[in-house]
Amino acid sequence: MSSAAPGVQEVIPASDVAEAELYHPHSWLTKYVFSQDAKIIGIQYTVTALAIGTVALVLSWLMRVQLGFPGVLSFIDPATYYQFITMHGMIMVVYLLTAVLLGGFGNYLIPLMLGARDMVFPYANMLSYWTYLLAVVVLVASFFAPGGPTGAGWTLYPPQAILSGTPGQDWGIILMLVSLMLFIIGFTMGGLNYVVTVLQARTRGMTLMRMPLTVWGIFTATVMALLAFPALFVGAVMMLFDRLLGTSFFMPALVELGQLREHGGGSPILWQHLFWFFGHPEVYIVALPAFGIVSDLISVHARRNIFGYRMMVWAIVAIGALSFVVWAHHMYVSGMHPYFGFFFATTTLIIAIPTAIKVYNWLLTLWRGDIHLTVPMLFALGFIVTFVNGGLTGLFLGNVVVDVPLSDTLFVVAHFHMVMGVAPILVIFGGIYHWYPKVTGRMLNEGMGRIHFWVTFLGAYAIFFPMHYLGLLGVPRRYHDLGEMAFVPPSTATLNAFISLVAFVVGFAQIVFLFNLFWSLRRGREAGSNPWNATTLEWQTPETPPGHGNWGKELPVVYRWAYDYSVPGAARDYVPQNEPMPAPTRAATGQAT
Amino acid sequence: MPDTAPMQAQDSTARSAGWRGVVADWSSDQQSFKDVSWGKAMMWIFLLSDTFIFGCFLLSYMTVRMSTVVPWPNPSEVFALEIGGVHLPLILIAIMTFVLITSSGTMAMAVNYAYRRDRRRTALLMLLTAALGASFVGMQAFEWSKLIHEGVRPWENPWGAAQFGSSFFMITGFHGTHVTFGVIFLVIVARKVWRGDFDDGRRGFFTSRKGRYEIVEITGLYWHFVDLVWVFIFAFFYLW
Repeated sequence: MSSAAPGVQEVIPASDVAEAELYHPHSWLTKYVFSQDAKIIGIQYTVTALAIGTVALVLSWLMRVQLGFPGVLSFIDPATYYQFITMHGMIMVVYLLTAVLLGGFGNYLIPLMLGARDMVFPYANMLSYWTYLLAVVVLVASFFAPGGPTGAGWTLYPPQAILSGTPGQDWGIILMLVSLMLFIIGFTMGGLNYVVTVLQARTRGMTLMRMPLTVWGIFTATVMALLAFPALFVGAVMMLFDRLLGTSFFMPALVELGQLREHGGGSPILWQHLFWFFGHPEVYIVALPAFGIVSDLISVHARRNIFGYRMMVWAIVAIGALSFVVWAHHMYVSGMHPYFGFFFATTTLIIAIPTAIKVYNWLLTLWRGDIHLTVPMLFALGFIVTFVNGGLTGLFLGNVVVDVPLSDTLFVVAHFHMVMGVAPILVIFGGIYHWYPKVTGRMLNEGMGRIHFWVTFLGAYAIFFPMHYLGLLGVPRRYHDLGEMAFVPPSTATLNAFISLVAFVVGFAQIVFLFNLFWSLRRGREAGSNPWNATTLEWQTPETPPGHGNWGKELPVVYRWAYDYSVPGAARDYVPQNEPMPAPTRAATGQAT
Repeated sequence: MPDTAPMQAQDSTARSAGWRGVVADWSSDQQSFKDVSWGKAMMWIFLLSDTFIFGCFLLSYMTVRMSTVVPWPNPSEVFALEIGGVHLPLILIAIMTFVLITSSGTMAMAVNYAYRRDRRRTALLMLLTAALGASFVGMQAFEWSKLIHEGVRPWENPWGAAQFGSSFFMITGFHGTHVTFGVIFLVIVARKVWRGDFDDGRRGFFTSRKGRYEIVEITGLYWHFVDLVWVFIFAFFYLW
C-alpha cells in the first residue's frame, strides 16, 4: 500500500521502532500496574486525576454550603474554609486539569494519532506517572497532617503563606510545596516524552502540518509547561527554605503577634512574579489542549473539515508564545509601575486576536456542516459558548482601570471559573465521551451522557453567571462569612443560596458521569473500531482497544491531512488519513498542503 | 535530502521559498530534526527547561539583592584565601572554574573517541572528566565548610545581607547537585563503554533497551551545560 519513494528506510530509521525495541511486559504487574505502555499510563493518569478531582468537587460543595447557608455546618470555621479553598483551587488546576489533559489525553492520543508504537522513552513515561501519584499522595497526606492542609489560597502568596495564623502553617504548606515539586519533576519526565514523540517519532507521511489539532494543542501546551513550571519549582524551593531554614527570599521585615520576626529584606512580589510566570502560561497549558481537542470534536461531529487549519495551528503557537509575556496582569494591585500595567494590559488584549481567530474558525467549521448532536458534540458546543463568555470578561479584567475595582471580587472568580474551569472541563468530558469507545471498545451510555451534559452546562451558567453580578456588587472572594458589610445588599445572600443549590445539583450530575464510566465498561453498546467515522489514525488501529505496540506488524502510512470529511466524489463522507490519494488527483480533493 | 514522504503529487514537486519553506522544512515528514536521535533531542529540550530553572534562580538572587536594605558582602573578600601569607581574592573559585572548564575539554575528547569506537580511551577520559567534576564538588564542599565555619548560614552572615548566604547555598547547592548527578552518569556510562555494552547490544537494566555510543555525546551535552551554567553563576554571583 505504500507508494513512498525508495530510500526512506535509510534516511529515517528511528521512528520505525523495531518490534524488538518495544518493552514487552512479562507479568500482570508490568502490564497493568507498572506499565510502560503510554495507553495504560494515560488511563492511570486520567483515573487518578478524576479521583483527586472528586475530592476537590466535594470541597467545593462544602464551600458552597458555607457561602449559601452560613453556619449550617459548624465544622467549617474560617480556617477550614481557607483550607478548602486552597485545596480546591490547587487540585483542580494542577492535579486535575493539567494531569488529565497532558498526562491523560497526551499519553493516550499522541502515539496513536501520530502512528507511533509508543512514547519514545516508555520507562521515563512510567516514572512520570508514579511520581505524579506520589505528588497526589503527598497532597492528600496534608489533610491528615497536624494542622491540616495549607489555607494560603491557591496562589500561596507570602508572607502570609508561611506565617502563623494561616492554617496549615505547620505541615500543610510544606507538604503542598513538596507535592508541587514532585508534580513538576514527574511532569518533566512525561513532558519531554510528549515533545520528542511529536517532533521525532511520527509515522511516514505525518508532517507536522498534517497532525490533528489535538496533538498540536497538547504539544504546544507541553512545551509551555516545560518552560513555565521551572518558575514554580524555583519559587517552591525558595519558599520551602523560607519556611524551614529561616531564609528571607520572600519575607520582608515584619511584626507578627507583636513580635519582630527574624526575617527581613526579602521580596514578597518576587513570589508573585515567579508564581504568575508559571500561573499565566498554566491557563493556556490547560486551554490549548482543550482548543485542539474541541477542534477535532467539532470537525468529526459536524462532518466537515476544520476551517483554516494552518491559521488554527498558528493561533495555537501564537497564544502559547504570547502567554509568556502577560503574567503581571494578575498583579495590577501589587503596586507595580503604571507603565508595566500598560505593557501587560496591551499584551493581554493582543491574545484576544488569535483566540478570536480560533472561535471564528470553529463557527465557520460548523457553518453548513452536517451537525450530529452527539454527546461529545454537545460538550464541544458548550465549550465554545462558555469559553467566549469567560473570554469576554477576560477583556474586562485585562484592563487595569477595570481590574483594580474588580480585583478580589467574585467577578474574578466567575471569570476564571468560566474560562479555565468550566470550559476545559467540558472539553475533557467531551473528549472522554469521544474516545471512551477507543479505550474500552464500548460506547458510554448516551442517555446518561445527555443528562450529564445539560445539567452540567446549564448548571454552570446558573452558578457562574449570577456570580458576575455578585462581583460587581463588590462581594469579595475568599471570605468565609460576609457578616455585616454596609456596601453589600442583603439580596446577595439569596443569590448565594441559589448558586449553592445549583452547585449541589451540578455536582450530582458528575456522579452520574462517574457511574456511567463504570456502567458502560460492561454494559455499554459495542463500539466497533471507528464508531464516529473519524479520519484520524487512532480510529484506524487493527484492534480496539489498541493492542501492545498499537499497529500490529506495520506502521500506518499517512497520505492526507486529518480533516477529509465530506470530500466531493469520495465513496464515504470521511477518508482516513492512511488511505492513499486516488492516482489522478482532481483539483477538488487537494486541501492537504 | 530528498523529500521522500508519501505526499500528494503537487507537494513533492513544489518547493516553497521564504518563510513557507522554513515552515515546510521544520514540519517535514517524520522528524523535525533530521537524523537527531530521540535521546539527543530529549536532552536538548531538557536542558532548555533546566535553563529556565537556573535563569529563575539567578533572577531571584538579583531581585533579593536589590530588595534587601542591608549592604551586600563583598564576594572578593568573602571568597579570598590566605595561601603562604599572600591574600588572594577569589582564588579558590578561580581554581574551581579552571577545573570545571578543563573537564569540558576532556569530555569533548571522550565524545570524539567514543565515535571512533575507542573504548579504552573513551572510558578513561570519561573517568577523568568524572574525577575533575568530583574534585570540583570537593572544593565546593571545602568552600561551604569554610564559610559555615566563619558563621555564614542560610539565614544570616557576619558581613551583611542575610540573602547572601541564602542565595549562595541555594544556587551553588543546586549547581553542585547537578554536577554530582553528572559525575554519577559519567561513571555509569564509562562502565558501560568499558564493558563494551554498545558493541554487544547489551540491554539497559531499567529500560531494557540497547544503548549506543551516542549516549557519551548526550552525557557530554549535559556536562557542557552544567559548565556553562557555572560560568553564569561565576559571573553574576562571584564577580558582581
